[in-house]
Amino acid sequence: MASTTSTPEATRAAPAEPAPKSRGSRRRGPYPYWFLIIPGVIYVVFFVVPTLTSFYFSFTRWDLFTSRWIGLDNYRTFFQEQALVIGLRNTLIYAVLTSGLKVVLGMALAIALTSRIIARGYLRSVIFFPVLVSAIGVGLTFTVLMNPEKGLINNALGHVGVDGPGWLTNPSLALISVALVDVWKGVGLATVIYIAGLVSIAGEYNEAAQVDGASRWQLFRTITLPLVRPATASVITLSLIGGLRSFDLIYAMTKGGPGFASDVIASVIYKQYQAGFYGLSTAGSVVLFLLVTLIVVPLTRWLNRAED
Amino acid sequence: MRNTRGVVIGGVGIVFTGIFFVVPFLFILLLASQDRVQSNELRFAWPRNFQLLQNIAQAFSSRDYLMVIAFINSVILTVVSVAAMVFLGAMVAYVWQRRPGRTTGAVGLLVLAGLIVPPAIVPTIWVLQKVGLFKTMPGLILIEIAYGLPFCILLFRAFIASVPRELDEAATVDGANPLQVFFRVIFPVLRSVMITVIILQSVFVYNDFQNPLYFLPGTQNATIQVTLLNFQSQFTTQYNLLFATILLVMIPPFVMFIFFNRKIVAGMAAGSVKG
Repeated sequence: MASTTSTPEATRAAPAEPAPKSRGSRRRGPYPYWFLIIPGVIYVVFFVVPTLTSFYFSFTRWDLFTSRWIGLDNYRTFFQEQALVIGLRNTLIYAVLTSGLKVVLGMALAIALTSRIIARGYLRSVIFFPVLVSAIGVGLTFTVLMNPEKGLINNALGHVGVDGPGWLTNPSLALISVALVDVWKGVGLATVIYIAGLVSIAGEYNEAAQVDGASRWQLFRTITLPLVRPATASVITLSLIGGLRSFDLIYAMTKGGPGFASDVIASVIYKQYQAGFYGLSTAGSVVLFLLVTLIVVPLTRWLNRAED
Repeated sequence: MRNTRGVVIGGVGIVFTGIFFVVPFLFILLLASQDRVQSNELRFAWPRNFQLLQNIAQAFSSRDYLMVIAFINSVILTVVSVAAMVFLGAMVAYVWQRRPGRTTGAVGLLVLAGLIVPPAIVPTIWVLQKVGLFKTMPGLILIEIAYGLPFCILLFRAFIASVPRELDEAATVDGANPLQVFFRVIFPVLRSVMITVIILQSVFVYNDFQNPLYFLPGTQNATIQVTLLNFQSQFTTQYNLLFATILLVMIPPFVMFIFFNRKIVAGMAAGSVKG
């Protein structure tokens, strides 16, 4: 606990402190385990302990000071109350939709941006920049752009004779609208990963295939697609993890609404926390933990194994 | 012949990105420059009265300079937590890479868990309360360090693998203790990957919304992202001020991007393709 009071001091103290008494460590070689102590304590106290205790607290009625064991009640509530079930379903839809689109668009953009085209550097930059911008800033901007009456998007659609929908006010569309903004913001990262993957493919493969008279489509199917598989694995893993956990953008754009139409597990966790249902909120965290682990771990295994 | 194709695709790309990527940012800039009446029309139009600077000044001074406080808070949070992540992450990565064994195997497992597992929020608040750091900046800083370390460690480890062991051995023979080996020999060699880590983590921490929302609640000590969202409800009839604020919040990552474009892109690509 003493080491957690102030980080700047802790980091500065680390090098100075054990320097005088280095007698023993010399024998153990220059790679001492005590290098792991400070980061280990921070990580265990603020990440591992909360994660492990969450399993216990999810079975309790809890006000942060006293907790009373109530068994599976929180989970029963979680899977019986409609609003919470919607959150679970929405999380899956959101994660699958965003990662699917990021794979397809990211790959297409990367192929275009590694071919010989004009303004390549500019195009790469402009697609990548939103990755660095805060989700809140992007969310607020697109909330205004998606305004049903005055918004720029529906205005533009009106000019070509399309009657734009209420992107964020229509319950059946709100979640998808936010997911599309998520893709807009994140596709640059997927593109960059694919570009890195494409660049590492040796040119000889393509040349050899071209000599054999392969068409562009055949080149893509038989050479590019299998060889960028590691990049695909990364993009899918990253965007699934991000998608399942996503909170910022949804909270900034719809707060889970209208009604519960765009609630995801992360926003349900926040709402239950705000309402003072700490046990229920923690049960939500455990559900999210299980969901992420059960989906991402086997999938990553499979994606990386099928490679060789 | 080949190049006509390149010109066509490039041209299509310029139009496409212009519509989908440039327009939203121009929209932010335009609304931030309009006067109050015009901005409420939400039009993509040239400002009738160009008052970008006045809007920015007003955004800053509203609610007793809350924006200024929030910026300072965000800078403190970002600088301190990223500095700690760099030192601690490099030390862990160094030992992990150089000394494979059961102890460091556990490090690998924890790093992987940290990258995948979503944090359990209310129990974290409970822990923070127990150690007396809930609603404090040091508490939030420690949280950011804990969440950011795994990614830093991974990046550093990949790089340290390419640093020859002979370097450490030579220094040890010369009588350097472990700390001297690490700080005098290894740490300086890590310079390039360190810059990558600093840039990436600064962007992450600065843009972080969820953790400050949970672990540093309250208006007076909020970070910039939380303050930005709170401004939304306050500026419902003053879109020019809301967008001036959005613009301001976007400036630091934009400056980073101008100076470190290549570094950021390379770092993102390297960090995401994990072994």
